[in-house]
Amino acid sequence: MISTPLVRLATILFLLFCSTMARADAVDDALAKFFDDKFPRTEQGIDALAASGAANAPAILEALGDNRLLIDQADHLIVYQTTGGDLINAKTGEKLAGVEAGALKKVRVNNALRRAIDAAMGSLTLASPDPQKRLAAADAVFKARDATALKALDVQLAHEADPRVAEALRQARAAIIVLDSSTPSADRVAAVATLKARGDQDAQSLIDETAAKTDDPAVKAAALDAMAAIKAHLVWLNVLQNLIYGVSAASVLLLAAIGLAITFGVMGVINMAHGEMVMLGAYTTFIVQSALPPAFSQWSLAVALPLAFLVAAVVGIAIERLVIRFLYGRPLETLLATWGVSLILQQGVRSLFGANNRQVSAPDFMSGSFDWAGLQITTGRLWIVALAIIVFAALQLALRATSFGLRMRAVTQNRRMAAAMGISTSRIDMFAFALGSGVAGVAGVALSQIDNVSPNLGQGYIIDSFMVVVLGGVGNLWGTLLGALVLGVANKLLEPVIGAVLGKILLLVCIILFIQKRPRGLFALKGRAVEA
Amino acid sequence: MSTPALRLDRAGLIFLALTLGAAALAPVFALLVPRDSAFAMPPYVVALIGKYLCYAILAVALDLVWGYCGILSLGHGAFFALGGYAMGMYLMRQIGARGVYANPILPDFMVFLNWKELPVAWWGFHSFAYASLMVMLVPGLLAFAFGWFAFRSRVTGVYLSIITQALTYALKLAFFRNDFGFGGNNGLTDFKDVLGFSVQSDATRAALFSISALALALAYLVSKAIVSSKYGKALIAVRDSESRVRFLGYRVENYKLFVFVVSAVMAGIAGALYVPQVGIINPSEFDPGNSIEAVIWVAVGGRGTLVGAALGAIAVNFAKTYFTGAFPEYWLFGLGGLFVLVTLFLPKGLLGLLNMRRAARPAAAPPSPAAQEEGVQ
Repeated sequence: MISTPLVRLATILFLLFCSTMARADAVDDALAKFFDDKFPRTEQGIDALAASGAANAPAILEALGDNRLLIDQADHLIVYQTTGGDLINAKTGEKLAGVEAGALKKVRVNNALRRAIDAAMGSLTLASPDPQKRLAAADAVFKARDATALKALDVQLAHEADPRVAEALRQARAAIIVLDSSTPSADRVAAVATLKARGDQDAQSLIDETAAKTDDPAVKAAALDAMAAIKAHLVWLNVLQNLIYGVSAASVLLLAAIGLAITFGVMGVINMAHGEMVMLGAYTTFIVQSALPPAFSQWSLAVALPLAFLVAAVVGIAIERLVIRFLYGRPLETLLATWGVSLILQQGVRSLFGANNRQVSAPDFMSGSFDWAGLQITTGRLWIVALAIIVFAALQLALRATSFGLRMRAVTQNRRMAAAMGISTSRIDMFAFALGSGVAGVAGVALSQIDNVSPNLGQGYIIDSFMVVVLGGVGNLWGTLLGALVLGVANKLLEPVIGAVLGKILLLVCIILFIQKRPRGLFALKGRAVEA
Repeated sequence: MSTPALRLDRAGLIFLALTLGAAALAPVFALLVPRDSAFAMPPYVVALIGKYLCYAILAVALDLVWGYCGILSLGHGAFFALGGYAMGMYLMRQIGARGVYANPILPDFMVFLNWKELPVAWWGFHSFAYASLMVMLVPGLLAFAFGWFAFRSRVTGVYLSIITQALTYALKLAFFRNDFGFGGNNGLTDFKDVLGFSVQSDATRAALFSISALALALAYLVSKAIVSSKYGKALIAVRDSESRVRFLGYRVENYKLFVFVVSAVMAGIAGALYVPQVGIINPSEFDPGNSIEAVIWVAVGGRGTLVGAALGAIAVNFAKTYFTGAFPEYWLFGLGGLFVLVTLFLPKGLLGLLNMRRAARPAAAPPSPAAQEEGVQ
């Protein structure tokens, strides 16, 4: 749609002197065009109304689109009917009484006019007093490349105070003019530069199109140059984004696996019920959230964290005292017995809470996502990364700086020698199991935020956790950290290249090959024993 | 391996008599005895017990590696499923033009996915001989490749168990994919006939039952032959003290690799017999949970007894069929409890309990005094 120079001039005039009076005049002039009820005139009216930026312009345009704009040519009266049925004078905004809607004539619209109305509504929000709305509107214009919004963009750009909105407006403007061959070459080159600065996928496709379509050598050269720059930038951005996903996945893996690494390290047994400890932590979160009054719902996770640790630790102690203690020296049987425990726990939770997924909501400060230098970061995931770091640091501290940690490390290194030095290995076993299970419970709180809380929650993580422990070894918690990072990041980097499932299979094969070189993982216990 | 002199103990002889008897009598009761007679074997019972027999073969295979060589494989379900898939592929090709899309070459799911020609992996599966070869070759080769890597680098104990679990998990993920070429999520089903006999007919079912029983007897005999030979003695020594055997100059990895491959082939055959009887094979057969469940069959019956493993498989699955029908909510409690109780109180299994002579022998790794006390009570 090409606007007449007259309307364009009028628009700029009116909005440069944007006083209330000037606006009111503009609205009057625009409304006057509707009286003819002829499509070309109505279209001019829509454009003029949009350019006026009047407060009631959206309401009038919406009414027009819905066939609710009514005129009385004789009385020179123009009204719109609200969805509630009231009649409002479009000029004054007053409610009219004593006028029958049936006596008035509807302003006719066709599909071309409806499109014009939609575009006009878009440009009207560009002038919204709320910067967030302006930003969204500018973005919408950028995506739609709506040429009719160009004048509204120019007008808004002239007096835009918010630098972020101004940048978005410039980008939207660039998106429109870069493909418009009637624009001067220099402006289009500048537009290419603006798009290059934006540097995302949309900008890339626009510049691609420009390079393909334009005949102007200067524009073409600029576009090709920008295209190469954006491509390089996007590749990096993509890698960085996947790295972020990878670190996020690694933090989940670390939380789930670190407790396993502790119990495996100290006792040499694999706890197949470890995943169920995670599941219990997630259900604890669910219970805390349902039990807390709504006023405290923001604090539910803070309450759930210590409680989940306690619940899982107590269940862990029970398993250790009732089952694992009797299977000392028979690690394979322990594996089977704990698998049985995991089945019982799963079915127990299923009987108590039902097989359906339970909803655990995130507190406000943990939901949503934000954009940082072109990278998408989910707030909840960021908190999980933080939690993983805190848990890791706390465990390191507990192992390095407490007497319990010292004893635990002694039992890990050489159980019989530690026992000979007077350490009660049985008690250390119990506490190590409680600690490992408790940490799994904490992991459950984190997982309740990103996964379905169901009886099968733990099953989904257990094999990956094993792989982390196999890769990292049990000599050192740093091994677990490294194993989780390697697996998490490698998984996310492979995912876009060969797909999630193939990536996972490839990693499993890699681990099987890796243990050829280092059968005991990255950080193995050093010692002189033939069999550790 | 020198030809071993087979000395069957009493349990072994009874077991052989039972399996061979079942193989001979099942067709009689299923086909010849009139339907309304009290002795008649309804078709669903034939199929059900036939299924148990396949599980029993898997249990014997697992007992061979776990009970006699100390390799706790949590991935034997993968070999079982691979054998099943090989048989399933043959059965799919037999459907021919009788499928929904009536394509003489391509199975329905391939037509549905708009594939134009048969993938290389499916070539030759129209031939029963080739499919039978693959039933043994595919699990065998996988076990060989896996074992070659794992045993050479001395991956043992729980590490090995976890890696085998990862193996079956990886295969499960792969088989779930449509583009992997084996029917994806739905697997292979709607079989029509095997070697020209309808898989639905009572006679075929009875025949499959008898073949499964014979296969079980054969699997037992082969396993027994292996473990009674000099080679088998070395296997048991590896189980009890791997390092010592190595220091005595034995190539431990070769011993383990051989028995692992034999066991995988047996599991594959079990899977191949299983598929025509249940009429479907899908990726859930690769589930790590299935493999662990197979381990508990062996543990319940008694590891290192072969006969016990087979009986354990049949007993646990009978209980499973009963409980999942009667009290579906409590079955997992029961199964979980079985895992815990058997490992705690019945380290030698049911057969060990019956056979005190066996129980008197020194165990692989002596249980702690506490466990022994518990076990006696």
